[in-house]
Amino acid sequence: MVRIEDYGDYGTAWCPGCGNFAILKAVKQALVAAGLEPHQVLFISGIGQAAKAPHYLNANLFNGLHGRSLPVATGAKLANPNLTVIVESGDGCNYGEGGNHFLAAIRRNIDVTLLVHNNQVYGLTKGQASPTSELGFVTKAQPQGVFAEPFNPVAVAVAMHAGFVSRCFAGMIEHMAEMIRKAIAHRGLSLVDILQPCPSFNKVNTWEWYSKRCYVIPDDHDASNWDAAMKLAYEWGDRIPIGVIYRNDRTAFGDKFAILKEGPLVGREVDRHALAAIMESFA
Amino acid sequence: MGEAYNILIGGEAGQGLVTVGYLLTKSLVGSGYRVVVTQDYQSRIRGGHNTFVIRVSTDEIAAPQEVVDLLVALNAETVDLHRVQLSSRGLVVADEAFGLADDACLKVPYKELSSRRGANIVALGVASSLLGLNEELVALTTETHFGKKDEKLAEENRRALRQAFEWCEGQPSRAEKLPSVENVPRRLMMNGNEAIVLGALSAGLRFYSFYPMTPSTSIGQGLAAVAEQMGLIVEQGEDEIAVINMALGASFAGAPSMVATSGGGFSLMVEGVSLAGMTETPVVIVVGQRPAPATGLPTRTEQGDLEFVLHAGHGEFPRAIFAPGTVEECFHLTRKALDLAQRYQGPMFLLTDQFLADSYRAIEPFDLDQFPPVTVAPEVGAVSEPYRRHALTDSGISPRLLPGMSKHLVATDSDEHTEDGHITEDHAVRNRMVQKRLKKLDGIRQEVIAPGWIGDENPELLLVTWGSSKGAVQEAAGVLRSEGHRVATLHFSQVWPLVAEQFLPALESAGEVVCVEGNASGQFARLIRRETGFVVKKKVLRYDGLPFTPEYILRELGRA
Repeated sequence: MVRIEDYGDYGTAWCPGCGNFAILKAVKQALVAAGLEPHQVLFISGIGQAAKAPHYLNANLFNGLHGRSLPVATGAKLANPNLTVIVESGDGCNYGEGGNHFLAAIRRNIDVTLLVHNNQVYGLTKGQASPTSELGFVTKAQPQGVFAEPFNPVAVAVAMHAGFVSRCFAGMIEHMAEMIRKAIAHRGLSLVDILQPCPSFNKVNTWEWYSKRCYVIPDDHDASNWDAAMKLAYEWGDRIPIGVIYRNDRTAFGDKFAILKEGPLVGREVDRHALAAIMESFA
Repeated sequence: MGEAYNILIGGEAGQGLVTVGYLLTKSLVGSGYRVVVTQDYQSRIRGGHNTFVIRVSTDEIAAPQEVVDLLVALNAETVDLHRVQLSSRGLVVADEAFGLADDACLKVPYKELSSRRGANIVALGVASSLLGLNEELVALTTETHFGKKDEKLAEENRRALRQAFEWCEGQPSRAEKLPSVENVPRRLMMNGNEAIVLGALSAGLRFYSFYPMTPSTSIGQGLAAVAEQMGLIVEQGEDEIAVINMALGASFAGAPSMVATSGGGFSLMVEGVSLAGMTETPVVIVVGQRPAPATGLPTRTEQGDLEFVLHAGHGEFPRAIFAPGTVEECFHLTRKALDLAQRYQGPMFLLTDQFLADSYRAIEPFDLDQFPPVTVAPEVGAVSEPYRRHALTDSGISPRLLPGMSKHLVATDSDEHTEDGHITEDHAVRNRMVQKRLKKLDGIRQEVIAPGWIGDENPELLLVTWGSSKGAVQEAAGVLRSEGHRVATLHFSQVWPLVAEQFLPALESAGEVVCVEGNASGQFARLIRRETGFVVKKKVLRYDGLPFTPEYILRELGRA
């Protein structure tokens, strides 16, 4: 039986007060609740403070390039569908640099859990705006305040009929752990947009700012109701709903490949008769 | 080399030109002839001017030629553009409706002999008849190609061929028939891209991702057609950045992976190349070159990306670059690249180009039993905890475990990392890791394929080349030798690493060394100088989008 100690306990590079500490805790809790052992899990992360999180627990890890986790996850999950694949990175990685891959992953509905540490700023590079920064957010890179409207990942995901769309807040560890556990269990692209403060570089969206606004979506919300989900997806500002917003039972990408029913791509033999027949077709 | 006969089929895109060309080539190969096909097409779907040139001989040939013996024109423009290439025995085959005034012109009544959609099959029939091919063989080849589904079409085609042959046989004899071949050997008709597909399949390729880009697209489509049969996955990525990263993800998890693109697409993959080098993830990247910069001539050929591929990817890490000169080499070198990628755990490259990618040849079938699949993550024996993916070793190669296939955890990082794959900024570790990665180049150097030498010792003239220019260079040298000159050729099918001991004495033994390559600045000549100090004083270059021919080389050498 897997225990939380199996996931280890490591020193981090994060600032005091960073939302990442709580998120890391929730992730470990979710993995244990899911009954997963470290070697069964493959984390794929990009670049940023959030992307360091998988270094701080025991699991398989491919820490790749900024914004490029989802394609790596796509390939890895196809090669070995037995792995539980989790992409964990920030809003810059997933919604900015990797925006096209975000859309493609949803279109494909890859069976991957996507944990986005959404702190509405670029922390590792010290404070530039991110795709989710509020309009008018002032930084050294945007001294006049951000001119562009923020990206709404939840709305885009629901609009595209993503497999599982949820949002949570780093200030509520148990709720976070539950969302992450549900996301892992869902077979398809499972987004968990995790709102967190960056005490060092985002003085607007603070612990207090989120705490005042986030409310847990009541049980009577039917997550399979797309219209209701779209309404919730556009709720932002004074009230920010957290919980499972939308859920869709579309077939996961990997399940569309007949050959994967036989098992992973890894370790297969070459069918010599089929190969010879293919060569024959050129004669 | 024996006699060669050159057939040029020309027309607008949309006229079924490629079908005629393909079926005629297939019929020729099926009749025992050797071929070199050059496909020249524009970047469009309708209109414009395209050609399908088939050089045919009873002997082995490996290069295109400029002079045309049979000009099959599906439109009048083709004649205007190419009559200047006609040999003294050259014959034009064109629609009588074009009203051409050329003497040596067979005016075919296409309107009478076929329906509008069958005109290209009539052209096929006329050309086949003129060449002396067997009608039944051509009919069978055509039927096999179109399949049995549309019976009406099959019947139309048969009738069109019959009428073409009958009409042609009724004309006074105008063209020489090809010498017939006894005991027709069974050969495969394949182009460079198809050979890459077969080589990759034999090596156990399991994952292929791609974004459509000429001239590499047919590799992906060829693999996609047989993916279910062979148990691999082919996926079109949303962009080339996704393509390379998907391949690395699949490879990290243990599936031999490959991607193919052209210069522009490769530009987007470059950060991924660096990632492969840093994470020591096996991957094969095929770059099918075409004229650049930027979009360039999308459907033509060049050898202009050598230095780009050599240096692509920020930072320092080992690689190998293969440059097949023939369709057979495409098969073998794809296998070699996939094998090297697994054993040295990094990115390996295949440099081809539009000419070779699309050039059909008649080749001997491969003895597939001699070509087993590559080994992924060979047995490593006992592993001490915690497993270190990037363990330091004498060779620089770390024993490799796959994630999820044992209790051991596999970690790697695009950041600099410690042996266990986790992020570090320690300067001493950094030094050790850089050295570890570069050490692998020593092993790669031990396995470099030496360049191939053909010709006289201590030659007056040595022609040096790489990749697909091989055939034209060797044939040009042959012509000069037949005129009494001492000439040799040196062909590189692996352009990186270069091992000076393998060829420097040869360069120094020649009176004059000329480097022949398809780019504007003599990139390979420059690489030779960089690696050996040897200065290649003369170059024969081509960058107009067309492949080398022996005639071009001889002209440029001033020896035509």
